[in-house]
Amino acid sequence: MRITVGLAQIYPKIGDVTANLDKHLEAVEDAAAAGVDLLIFPELSMTGYQVQDLVPEVALEAHADDPVFKRLLDASKRLDLVVGFVQRDSRQRYFVAQGYLSGGEVVHVHHKVYLPTYGMFDEARYFDVGEGVRAFDTRFGRVGMLICEDFWHISPPYILWMDGADLLIFSSSSPGRGLDGSERLSESRWVEQVNQAYGSAFTNYVVHVNRVGYEDGKVFWGGSSIVDPDGKFLVRGHYFEEMLITHEIDLNQVRRTRARLPLLRDERPALVQRELARILAKDEHTL
Amino acid sequence: MKHLHIPTEEKDFVKRLTINADVARQMLCGFIRDEMDKAGMRRAVIGLSGGIDSALSAYLAAEALGAENVLAVRMPYRTSSQDSLDDADLVIRDLGLQTMTVPITDMADALIGQFPDMNGLRKGNIMARLRMIVLYDQSATYGGLVVGTSNKTEMLLGYSTIYGDSGVALQPIGDLYKTQVRQLAAALNIPTPVQSKPPSADLWEGQTDEGELGFTYAEVDKVLLLMVDERYTVDEVVAEGFDRAFVEKVWRRVKINHFKRTMPNVAKVSRRTIGHDWLYLRNYTGR
Repeated sequence: MRITVGLAQIYPKIGDVTANLDKHLEAVEDAAAAGVDLLIFPELSMTGYQVQDLVPEVALEAHADDPVFKRLLDASKRLDLVVGFVQRDSRQRYFVAQGYLSGGEVVHVHHKVYLPTYGMFDEARYFDVGEGVRAFDTRFGRVGMLICEDFWHISPPYILWMDGADLLIFSSSSPGRGLDGSERLSESRWVEQVNQAYGSAFTNYVVHVNRVGYEDGKVFWGGSSIVDPDGKFLVRGHYFEEMLITHEIDLNQVRRTRARLPLLRDERPALVQRELARILAKDEHTL
Repeated sequence: MKHLHIPTEEKDFVKRLTINADVARQMLCGFIRDEMDKAGMRRAVIGLSGGIDSALSAYLAAEALGAENVLAVRMPYRTSSQDSLDDADLVIRDLGLQTMTVPITDMADALIGQFPDMNGLRKGNIMARLRMIVLYDQSATYGGLVVGTSNKTEMLLGYSTIYGDSGVALQPIGDLYKTQVRQLAAALNIPTPVQSKPPSADLWEGQTDEGELGFTYAEVDKVLLLMVDERYTVDEVVAEGFDRAFVEKVWRRVKINHFKRTMPNVAKVSRRTIGHDWLYLRNYTGR
């Protein structure tokens, strides 16, 4: 199956859900006109990244009774949508959330599991941690979604691989850092290396959408990309520039690559489980 | 057996401080434009001293906003050297900037004259603060943001006047060491006299930064790179071959001047306090 993927490398406006909704709907128009089947937005695309004390003001509820969310659900009747937002639950907890919407329905919502709270990051101060990493079925096969720091850790992509995801969708709001002599920031090099490794090791598609723009001196670097099951970059968006990147991918490539390289067939999750159980039991013992 | 010994990578500090000029330009010019947009302005006001920091800032601002939107203000005191004025003029003419000259002699002397035994430090601070006043006055009438010209080296060393040269709306080159400022200035073909002359606050004849500080920027930048960016301890920097007394002197200077890099403390008495737990980005205006 061939599908056209759209990577909406946008510059969300900090704290302005209305303006960001408009921007999303414009991108949906452009993407639909370009024949996109699946349009992916970056982390917190509806709110901007460093929302801090604005969290309660910008939070959405992921159902059609929320007037803003309803507009997104309506848009998902035209093409499948992955959007980033702050999700409020019924008990006033807030999550960094990524929703997969299709045909007017919420297919899946992922809550960010790893909230970076070090260096310039302060997420755990404002957000509750996600408690699950689950793949889910879509009309394009089984998909897994992760948000930024989630895929800096090696285990969530592995779990999604074991849970049947052949397409990994990574969303981020990654501030640029590590300017050196190279034409790519050290941060960009690191993320690209990691994404390429996941594509290669899992014989999966990896689609990464990173935002652009500025927040209080932080410069988000964009460079959204698609890595194919052979670990090759099919697409690399420009750095620092707002743009919609569209590209057709052939999902059958997963089968062809796995015929050559049966890493999934030979993977031994039960062994992982046994050894992890042993290691965790030992840790408990030594604590 | 064949023996291949790979020596540890040389401590090539020139390489470690090297930045890619194109990436730097893109990030910094974009930042300047973005800060203007968010403030609802299109123009910049810059105090041009004839030195390399303000010259580089002017080149970046002109690239970001167009030369016609940059007002370069020369603010000589009677002891300022003619060279400084001439060098500033080279920049103004090369870029085609809007320009004006506002001598600060009368303003400064009105205060200095009241204290016959005033030392050079006090006079220097008065000059720096008067220049800030002139720039903010022009900001109000010209409709532009005051663009700061401080680099990372001087901000870390505290080699600046609080509410003087540090009193600005944005700091485009505040994360570039002096060594990196020089690289970027060379890449942008800033007039040679501006690039090659010794850095000076030009408060009295023959004054140079490096003479006053007691070390060169080239040397101190290596130490700061290790301690700030790469988190080396004093002992680890000494182990890299630097003189202990020098390293300790630099680090002491960085620490005692920390107050110049932070907002004044607010005594917290209420439940929610500015600067403590009232947390919004400077870039968030709610507009």
